[in-house]
Amino acid sequence: MSDRIHVGTRKGLFELARRNGSWDIVETHFLGDPVSAVLAQKDGTVYAALDLGHFGAKLWRRGGNGAWSELPAPAFPPKPDDAKDDPHPWTLGRIWGLEPGGVNGRLWAGTMPGALFRSDDGGESWTLNEPLWFMPERRKFGGVAGGEQPGLSTVLVNPRNPADIRVGVSCGGVWASTDEGQSWRLINRGLYAEYMPPELREDPISQDVHQLARCAAHPEVMWCQHHNGVFRSEDGGATWTELTAVRPSKFGFAVAAHPNDPDTAWFVPAVKDERRYPVDGKLVVARTRDGGRSFDVLGNGLPQRHAYDLVYRHALAVDGTGERLAFGSTSGGLWISEDGGESWTTPDARLPPVAAVRFAQA
Amino acid sequence: MPRVSFTRALARFHEAPTVEVEGATLGAALAAAFAAQPALRGYVLDEQGALRRHVAVYINDRPASDRVRLTDAVAARDDVYVFQALSGG
Repeated sequence: MSDRIHVGTRKGLFELARRNGSWDIVETHFLGDPVSAVLAQKDGTVYAALDLGHFGAKLWRRGGNGAWSELPAPAFPPKPDDAKDDPHPWTLGRIWGLEPGGVNGRLWAGTMPGALFRSDDGGESWTLNEPLWFMPERRKFGGVAGGEQPGLSTVLVNPRNPADIRVGVSCGGVWASTDEGQSWRLINRGLYAEYMPPELREDPISQDVHQLARCAAHPEVMWCQHHNGVFRSEDGGATWTELTAVRPSKFGFAVAAHPNDPDTAWFVPAVKDERRYPVDGKLVVARTRDGGRSFDVLGNGLPQRHAYDLVYRHALAVDGTGERLAFGSTSGGLWISEDGGESWTTPDARLPPVAAVRFAQA
Repeated sequence: MPRVSFTRALARFHEAPTVEVEGATLGAALAAAFAAQPALRGYVLDEQGALRRHVAVYINDRPASDRVRLTDAVAARDDVYVFQALSGG
């Protein structure tokens, strides 16, 4: 059970700790700077990705002594002459997903533009995953999040096999590798895109995969919050079934999977999709405990009147027990549950817009 | 020698002292400044060597005209100013 939460926001990184039964901010870092991703590992190491408006995307690491130091950020290789017609820039825009690789020292970083980077030395150096970047299909990835660049938002490593990886691209579908990223294949059968012309509705590249989550104890079970619905897979993402029972709406960005129970997951729905705010101004969490056949709408402790909070892809987190959850919103709200989402409390703080929420690995 | 100075906003992250450097072009002058303080390079330039979109560079009173290849001429008594080009809430 994790007693520490890191919250990355538009104006800094906030660290909360549970003391005497309540959660409070105990430390602040990078105040004033946008934090796009955060990862807190079991040994106490914390990684924070900054998205500095002027000076680019940066990566910092906090070691056991509590001091932060800057690491080299993932960087693209020199753009070759024959890539002049590449629709995507060969410059790092943002670090969006940051995941441990399941091997000592290994990290994966998903970025804007849609690319994957790997470190094998705790972030001291990074290498572009060339097999994915140089695949011809990559140039068909579409833009996301108000920008022209695609984003690789999710990296899921199989806890039982670090060579078995899934990535989610917005917009570019679900990709699988079973050889540590040496080769990739597009696997998202069953996802469909309402927003595309009919001929491209099931085009795998056109799928706007907002976020993926995977049950740690049953890694073949995966969940997807897609731009136009919620989906579940029981075969590691090869085929997907839409969960039409989701309430109160099917649009959203975030999804969290229960670490042990393959039938339980949480979403934070919003009005679909041009006007993105909670249905009727009531902020709720949708939880299924039966594999998506039915959903509970959970609002106890959440604002149920005039709430216009949206929850981004990386801003909903579950801890290693599946009992504690936390999520943060575009309005700077932060809510924490200790009973699987049944009830929520909010710490005494008015935060900046929240990009990322993460429990420290316990 | 040309003189390169940096916005104080950079000092929050790394020391960014004003330095006098050798260099006949903007690219050469910046490279010489970064040789003394390598951590600054990635704050001013992207990994392809171009000026970051929201970084402004002036040579005396002229904005740098070649923001990609940094070929603007820099003379011995010129001042090169590096600062941020936008603000926001």
